[in-house]
Amino acid sequence: MAGVLDWLTAPQTLFFLGVTFTVFLALQISAAVMVYAERKVSAFMQQRYGPYLVGPKGVLQPIADIVKLVFKEDLKPKAADTLLFAAAPVISAMAAIAAFAPVPFGAATTFFGLLPEPMPLMVADINVAVLVIFAITSMGVYGIVLAGWSSNSKYALLGGLRSSAQMISYELAYGMALATIVMIAGSLSLREIVDAQTGYYFGVIPRWNIFVVFPTGLIAFLIFSTAGIAETNRAPFDFPEAEQELVAGYHTEYSSMRFALFFLAEYINMVTVAAVVTNLFLGGWHGPLLPEAYGWIWFLIKLSTLCFGYLWLRWTLPRFRYDQLMSFGWKLLLPLATVNLLVSAAGVLYFGL
Amino acid sequence: MVFDQVLFYVFASVAVLGGLLVIGQRNPIYSVLAIIVSFFGLSGLYILLEAPFVAVVQIIIYAGAIMVLFLFTVMLLNVPREDAAEWDRTHPFYRPWPMRIGGVLAAAMIVQLIWAFSRTAGLGQGVGDQRPAVSAVSELGRKLFTDYMFAFEVTSILIIIAMVGAVVLARKREF
Repeated sequence: MAGVLDWLTAPQTLFFLGVTFTVFLALQISAAVMVYAERKVSAFMQQRYGPYLVGPKGVLQPIADIVKLVFKEDLKPKAADTLLFAAAPVISAMAAIAAFAPVPFGAATTFFGLLPEPMPLMVADINVAVLVIFAITSMGVYGIVLAGWSSNSKYALLGGLRSSAQMISYELAYGMALATIVMIAGSLSLREIVDAQTGYYFGVIPRWNIFVVFPTGLIAFLIFSTAGIAETNRAPFDFPEAEQELVAGYHTEYSSMRFALFFLAEYINMVTVAAVVTNLFLGGWHGPLLPEAYGWIWFLIKLSTLCFGYLWLRWTLPRFRYDQLMSFGWKLLLPLATVNLLVSAAGVLYFGL
Repeated sequence: MVFDQVLFYVFASVAVLGGLLVIGQRNPIYSVLAIIVSFFGLSGLYILLEAPFVAVVQIIIYAGAIMVLFLFTVMLLNVPREDAAEWDRTHPFYRPWPMRIGGVLAAAMIVQLIWAFSRTAGLGQGVGDQRPAVSAVSELGRKLFTDYMFAFEVTSILIIIAMVGAVVLARKREF
């Protein structure tokens, strides 16, 4: 028993538990911040005020929303499949939160000298991290599909079917863009991929993967971000919940906290995709001016910029038509990603970049 | 090691129970979900064998891609729950003899399995003592493209044939 107690009070264990808890909380808070940002940005773009009554400038609006959702009645259609109807939002939220586990968000730290050796600032340092994220995000589709099916409603079912078709189609381009970077970095571990992006080309251009084997890195970045938006079901790819056609898509029959879990999952997924893009293409926590130990500030800056980009896209672009979505994914994005992969493979092979 | 053993039994029972539930209940959607749970159990066993790559690929390919298609099909066709009375009427034992071939095949498979187990070396080893020869991803890739090149290429040709066949079958006839 003494061994277990020693292990539990070891600084490494405490640090690990602290990081895990912080990431878990930060993801929930980031979802609330994103909801507020989304409403404020959309209001700005449509020349409205947005939320401004709850708290200064309406910053407490997300909390008011959550309180409202918690106290709402939890409805369930009579013909719904009870077990799966309850499980679907849980699967969605769980996959969204778990996907952040292998994402590093800062340089290795001794936490002000409290730890005997530096530990990476991430929940789980897995050597196949990139694939783990890919696997867990692909589990998220089950939440949506099962929500669609178990509701026993035609709109929900159509939303669920669309979602699975869309996610399968875009996973290919997503994977191809990922393979490009994995090949160039020569590692599947996100920590090592970020570490490979230290330093500068010619002393000015940061050695980020977005600039690597120009222009293949840039193309991979664009493909990955586009497919990432499609994977998270955000506009202009928000087919599973196209209001004009499907009422609210897969979560038509959901209310109260179950509905909130879907929303939580959507925003956390967005943050995760932005974090992965930051690590894969934008050098993670590396940046000028700040010392290495404060790299997480750079990480947050890059993350917020990408998230703002996603909001911007949503409120600027109209939704694709369904056939356009499919032909864009299969006939443009996938071939482009494949050619890009081959070109960068040739670059790695012949120039040893 | 004790911890490894506990995990082994947890994952193994998840895999086996999931597999049993696939055929042990009558709702086809639940069958699809049970097999996904079973895949997660298998993936856990791969991690215990220190093959994280295989474990993750198992999830991505089987649970993430193939089973989504299964679920898609089952949902789209709206396959009804199996009816016990209907099942009794069409039970293999009440059908003419060609229908019973499945039973013979199953028996043959069980005999084969027992035979294979009885000849496998290292069954007496403790849980967690077996280690794979290759675990690093780069090493795996090198093996795949040198020693197992033929099997790799033949598999890909097989998949292409299946894909072309599916397209030909599904295409609208234009004559």
